[in-house]
Amino acid sequence: MPAVSKGDGMRGLAVFISDIRNCKSKEAEIKRINKELANIRSKFKGDKALDGYSKKKYVCKLLFIFLLGHDIDFGHMEAVNLLSSNRYTEKQIGYLFISVLVNSNSELIRLINNAIKNDLASRNPTFMGLALHCIANVGSREMAEAFAGEVPKILVAGDTMDSVKQSAALCLLRLYRTSPDLVPMGDWTSRVVHLLNDQHLGVVTAATSLITTLAQKNPEEFKTSVSLAVSRLSRIVTSASTDLQDYTYYFVPAPWLSVKLLRLLQCYPPPDPAVRGRLTECLETILNKAQEPPKSKKVQHSNAKNAVLFEAISLIIHHDSEPNLLVRACNQLGQFLQHRETNLRYLALESMCTLASSEFSHEAVKTHIDTVINALKTERDVSVRQRAVDLLYAMCDRSNAQQIVAEMLSYLETADYSIREEIVLKVAILAEKYAVDYAWYVDTILNLIRIAGDYVSEEVWYRVIQIVINRDDVQGYAAKTVFEALQAPACHENLVKVGGYILGEFGNLIAGDPRSSPLVQFNLLHSKFHLCSVPTRALLLSTYIKFVNLFPEVKTTIQDVLRSDSQLKNADVELQQRAVEYLRLSTVASTDILATVLEEMPPFPERESSILAKLKKKKGPSTVTDLEDTKRERSVDVNGGPEPVPASTSAASTPSPSADLLGLGAAPAAPAGPPPSSGGGLLVDVFSDSASAVAPLAPGSEDNFARFVCKNNGVLFENQLLQIGLKSEFRQNLGRMFIFYGNKTSTQFLNFTPALICPDDLQSHLNLQTKPVDPTVDGGAQVQQVVNIECVSDFTEAPVLNIQFRYGGTFQNVSVQLPITLNKFFQPTEMSSQDFFQRWKQLSNPQQEVQNIFKAKHPMDTEITKAKIIGFGSALLEEVDPNPANFVGAGIIHTKTTQIGCLLRLEPNLQAQMYRLTLRTSKETVSQRLCELLSQQF
Amino acid sequence: EIQQIVRETFHLVLKRDDNICNFLEGGSLIGGSDYKLIYRHYATLYFVFCVDSSESELGILDLIQVFVETLDKCFENVCELDLIFHMDKVHYILQEVVMGGMVLETNMNEIVAQIEAQNRLEKSEGGLSAAPARAVSAVKNINLPEIPRNINIGDLNIKVPNLSQFV
Repeated sequence: MPAVSKGDGMRGLAVFISDIRNCKSKEAEIKRINKELANIRSKFKGDKALDGYSKKKYVCKLLFIFLLGHDIDFGHMEAVNLLSSNRYTEKQIGYLFISVLVNSNSELIRLINNAIKNDLASRNPTFMGLALHCIANVGSREMAEAFAGEVPKILVAGDTMDSVKQSAALCLLRLYRTSPDLVPMGDWTSRVVHLLNDQHLGVVTAATSLITTLAQKNPEEFKTSVSLAVSRLSRIVTSASTDLQDYTYYFVPAPWLSVKLLRLLQCYPPPDPAVRGRLTECLETILNKAQEPPKSKKVQHSNAKNAVLFEAISLIIHHDSEPNLLVRACNQLGQFLQHRETNLRYLALESMCTLASSEFSHEAVKTHIDTVINALKTERDVSVRQRAVDLLYAMCDRSNAQQIVAEMLSYLETADYSIREEIVLKVAILAEKYAVDYAWYVDTILNLIRIAGDYVSEEVWYRVIQIVINRDDVQGYAAKTVFEALQAPACHENLVKVGGYILGEFGNLIAGDPRSSPLVQFNLLHSKFHLCSVPTRALLLSTYIKFVNLFPEVKTTIQDVLRSDSQLKNADVELQQRAVEYLRLSTVASTDILATVLEEMPPFPERESSILAKLKKKKGPSTVTDLEDTKRERSVDVNGGPEPVPASTSAASTPSPSADLLGLGAAPAAPAGPPPSSGGGLLVDVFSDSASAVAPLAPGSEDNFARFVCKNNGVLFENQLLQIGLKSEFRQNLGRMFIFYGNKTSTQFLNFTPALICPDDLQSHLNLQTKPVDPTVDGGAQVQQVVNIECVSDFTEAPVLNIQFRYGGTFQNVSVQLPITLNKFFQPTEMSSQDFFQRWKQLSNPQQEVQNIFKAKHPMDTEITKAKIIGFGSALLEEVDPNPANFVGAGIIHTKTTQIGCLLRLEPNLQAQMYRLTLRTSKETVSQRLCELLSQQF
Repeated sequence: EIQQIVRETFHLVLKRDDNICNFLEGGSLIGGSDYKLIYRHYATLYFVFCVDSSESELGILDLIQVFVETLDKCFENVCELDLIFHMDKVHYILQEVVMGGMVLETNMNEIVAQIEAQNRLEKSEGGLSAAPARAVSAVKNINLPEIPRNINIGDLNIKVPNLSQFV
């Protein structure tokens, strides 16, 4: 007998439905519906009281109309009336209507809640079931307020029927999900745990769902569920397939319950040894069963079996403690990767992704790389390909990064549009994270822009610039590569942006080559200018003014361009303003001022990669974070990189045009920084305003210290609370250093006391003077401290900057070395080859020479090396050394008491990747110290 | 808004071949990457469930199978027209399987027993409404030849409003 007897429906409803179905057009259908709505409305409004049957019929029609996609704005009251009917069918349709067409009218809700309350109290299991269903379907906060206290009682009451218990458990779960704060924990919790032992498997399944969710928030309270769940699972797994009768599904015993129990166990760490042994047995049995021949050819059989298997594997991965099981799981998934069922391949790729992050199985996962790459190339389904991309990303490490990045890049050419942006982000992250060789990194990113320029988000190209600026060793190569890439007749606008920015900073490194002389560089960029959007043009204008500083020989050409009507009278206010200001700046300012204003960008503070942040946003936090946590081995130096440069949007409002250059001016979405107090302060302001992101551990201050040997400005220290920026200038034996302390939090720092500490013997060599700063630093604010420096005589050690303050209730103490080094008091000396060798010979006393032979830490690039020697402070003497590969320099160290002449010679050995550095000065300690300082730089 | 989701879901599912996988990341349409569309295709009907990551994908595929087998038992050889003309019944059956978006019962016999119990209640109350039986089956026969494609949409309409709560 069919359970639904087709005959006892409502005639009027059937007629109405067939009318609708007979409608030939959308218009006819709407007409018929409007007619019916009018009819129902008049019936509801009519004086005659409708009987239950008619109400039920009309409500049902409204429901049908609603499901067809039309709005229903009446009938709720009639439906609510049906709730209080004693007839089951009427009550039922009333609840259905309410569940589907929820209405937030408060008067109505009061009535509904009343009806539900009555039904819950009715002790009639059918009515209680309907009421519980309705609460769960609506699941609103009002419902939770009204019933969160009542439902647990029904759930654990001794006399409640199984089917009602089942509904009550899920109803409670629903309320807990929407309004966890309204569901009180209490006596009932321990009794709920014991439902895991219930006779009725339906009750157990519902209870397991409930407990799983509750346990995630209150693990202590439900701890006892672990052993109960394990024994229940064990009974199911080891049972003969007929034992569970109705709950055996296609020869698999209680698959849903098994899955739920395995999920519940994933809320907890591996259990105590006794329980653990039993659980391991279960998991092994499940893995073994996977290898048995199937008991049925039906897909349902394998689905159910594998659902349990996948969940077991998830649990194994979650525990991440049994290498043996992990490897077995990995092998099992490896089999599925080649399975003919697409669903299984999909799930295997997905599970393997989590497996890749376990240290026990990471290597085992990597063995499947070829299969996964093949999946990327041959799978017909984009969902599966997407999983393959995810897995490749997860299994990537230093050993296979080049292969994986290459495969992803080649896939990108044909990839579905929907996933391109994500692949671009992934490639960018992997390239950065595993770059051993930054030339490879730069090549990869430029390829990325070439292949999928439209999908390269701002974060990606900001990032490549940040890295190039922070890594001296790649700057020359980057300049050369972008220059070559820009030669292409059609190149993506993002490439123009990267090219413009990099050449503006480092174009000088390749300007020696006549093929990329300043004028050639400028003409190349300017040939793209007219094809670009306004933000890119604005960026290029900044590049031009930087060129004016780098290459005085193209100054007039650039001034002509700036002066042209298309710039000076440009309709876009930003472009016009830049043109006017830059033109003026280039005319008025002396070379010194230009050089200061347009100085090379200081290194970016190390922060979490903005690309990673973006990917997290795209994928939801969980997926990416797990990966990160477990793959911490990687280079903190690159990984915790800087945020994008927030652009200061208008040059007009800022006192110094250097601010404008710092901002790329091309990022309209970037937040505007706090109003700068002075041109100098701005340098750091620009960095600190996006500090809302939680910064990873600041890199060791020693690394930072070394970075300042050849540079004067940048960020010296940064942690979650505090950022310290420096800007300094030196002349002869005097110097001045501006220290900027930025409070990155929103809370005040109190008793803020920075102190300069000179070790005893340093005090007589170095004279430091400063004034105390205001002891209160407001949240988000920055204070500045000026240190006047006098070098009395040569010195070795560096002063220490100690900062103490109270933040929240806690006392903070930070110490960093202040990068005041002997070479800062260098004055470059130009001299001829003859002079040089004459002096060199004069300093031949063995105490005067110090030599160091060391391995290159960075790629050996001529241009970068030159830049560093100049940054070090000595003059770089060309055509002095007979071997053109060698570098020689000369300068004078100024101290208050004496001046010390210094000569240096650096001999690179490319084959051995070694350097020999020789210093000759008139004073042994000076030779020694300078040699130490300079050796760290290559 | 619901209609929009239904329509887009339908188009997403419709253009997929039978031999590709039954899981679909719906993205923004269904509320983000934590949610998946899981569907099964039976003749002219698609059954689509939208689930979050707390459910096992294969488990849901089986659940759809259970739902369909249950419909088949309750209606005896279920066809689209049964679902259209008895959308209330379909909802009742679905409610026995899924409640407020959560899996309630997976044992088919249990579900059928519940529905039969409902039926008996209905019978005991419904002396009046037994008459139109013949009319309905007549209508059903008349309409059979022209099972139009948009029946699929009709079917999805019935299912999704409930299942979009599958949170």
